[in-house]
Amino acid sequence: MNLEFIESGQALTIRLKGELDHHSADESRILIDEKIKKEKFNKLIIDFKNLDFIDSSGIGFVIGRYKVIRKRNGVIEIINANAKVRKILDMSGIGKIIEIK
Amino acid sequence: MQKNYVIFKIPSLSVNESFARAAVAAFCSILNPTISEINDIKTAVSEAVTNAVIHGYENTVGEIEVSCRIKGQTVEVIIEDFGCGILDVEKAKEPLYTTKPELERSGMGFAVMESYMDEVVVLSEKDVGTKVIMRKKISEK
Repeated sequence: MNLEFIESGQALTIRLKGELDHHSADESRILIDEKIKKEKFNKLIIDFKNLDFIDSSGIGFVIGRYKVIRKRNGVIEIINANAKVRKILDMSGIGKIIEIK
Repeated sequence: MQKNYVIFKIPSLSVNESFARAAVAAFCSILNPTISEINDIKTAVSEAVTNAVIHGYENTVGEIEVSCRIKGQTVEVIIEDFGCGILDVEKAKEPLYTTKPELERSGMGFAVMESYMDEVVVLSEKDVGTKVIMRKKISEK
C-alpha cells in the first residue's frame, strides 16, 4: 500500500492507495502515528479513493488511528469510501463514531 | 463432470496474505463472477489467512494450505493451518471478540467470512490446527 500525506494547518489527510490488509496496516500505522505525534495534528482525514481492497484489519487500523487522534482531543473522518469499502465499514458499525463522507 | 481445483502452500508470513486472496480470486474467475462476488471471496480468504498468520502460528512461522475447488457454480475454499488451534470456536466467531486487541484486531474476521460467503465451517483442535471451509455460489450470467 502507498501512503500520501497532505498537510493543511492542523489537519492531515492520508490518501491510501492499493490494498489495506493486516500486512500493510502494520507497516503504515507506525509511519502515520509518528507523523501525527511529531507534527501535532488534531484532525485526521482518511481518503479511501484509491483503495482497491480492505478487510477487517483495515477496520482495526481505522479504529486504532481514531484512538490516537482522540487522545489528542482531535477528530477523524473518512472520505471517498467506494462500494467495497462502504460494505465493510457499514458492517463494522464504525459510522457511529467516525464521520464517513 | 470433471472437478477443477487448485492447492497451494505458503509460509505464514503476512506478506503472503495478498498473494493468497489474489490467487483464489484468479482461479475463481473461470466462473465469471461479478466484481462484488470476487471481492467477497477475496475478503473472506484474506480474513481466514490473516487469522492463520496471527492466531494460528502467533509469533512463529508455519505452513498454510489453501485449496480451492469448483463444483458446478459453487466455489469451495479451504484454509488450513497446523498451529495452536482455537480453544472456543463459538466464542471466536462472536463479532468484536478478539484475543489480541493490542494488535488492533477488530474481532470481525469470522463475522466477515460468514457475511461474505454462503457457508462457513470451522474445525479446530488444540495444538493440531484450524481448518476453515467456505462455500459460495456464483450467480449464473
